[in-house]
Amino acid sequence: MDAIVAHARRDHPDEACGVVAGPEGSDRPERFVPMLNAARSPTFYEFDSGDLLRLYRDMDSRDEVPVVIYHSHTATEAYPSRTDIGLAQEPEAHYVLVSTREPEAHELRSFRIVDGVVTEEQVEVVETYMFAHTGADVIPDKG
Amino acid sequence: MATVSVPTILRTHTGGEKSVEAKGTTVGEVIDDLESRHSGISGRLLNDGKLHRFVNIYVDDEDIRFSGGLDAPVKENSTFTILPAVAGGATILPAVAGGAAILPAVAGG
Repeated sequence: MDAIVAHARRDHPDEACGVVAGPEGSDRPERFVPMLNAARSPTFYEFDSGDLLRLYRDMDSRDEVPVVIYHSHTATEAYPSRTDIGLAQEPEAHYVLVSTREPEAHELRSFRIVDGVVTEEQVEVVETYMFAHTGADVIPDKG
Repeated sequence: MATVSVPTILRTHTGGEKSVEAKGTTVGEVIDDLESRHSGISGRLLNDGKLHRFVNIYVDDEDIRFSGGLDAPVKENSTFTILPAVAGGATILPAVAGGAAILPAVAGG
């Protein structure tokens, strides 16, 4: 989570993007993979087509899927735009949006986007997934 | 037959299969053959007879946009990879604002 926000800050005022890959079927985001925004734009992001192929080949070889697909909005709220909704093509991914419009504070929210329908989901920060479901009292809360 | 790698979002057309086979000597022929075996898939890849802007197809790891488009050659044992663009963003795209179903490419903004 911190890495996503740091990437978004670093690329501001352009939109930043990337994925957090995890084992197929696990729904656990484990491997942070920042991507280059080929559009280099403050209002649009797109993975380079060659980078995209390499990313999916790499994930396939590790039996991973993109558990999280993240990007930043640099002047608007962390909510999927109509463009985000129209282009969302990973029905099993969590689409994480970070807004960097405020220099001091960031907004980070997560959504499922399936067939044009947006569903927000709660973001819970855990130290490590090894302890993610062992009880709230032993989870160091970084959020 | 070429081996076609099918992205998650199109597996509804292939009975959940990640990988299927199709024949053809060009990308266009392979898509036609895919359509004959997996009805509806062609409409997810093409728009007005052209490759959809937010769909990427790679033949033997070569993006077909740089190797002849739908006329790009496909060999007997080629790998044929379909990947939705990952894209988006705060901008308003006319094609998206119109509500057109867009699949697959991974992009945003």
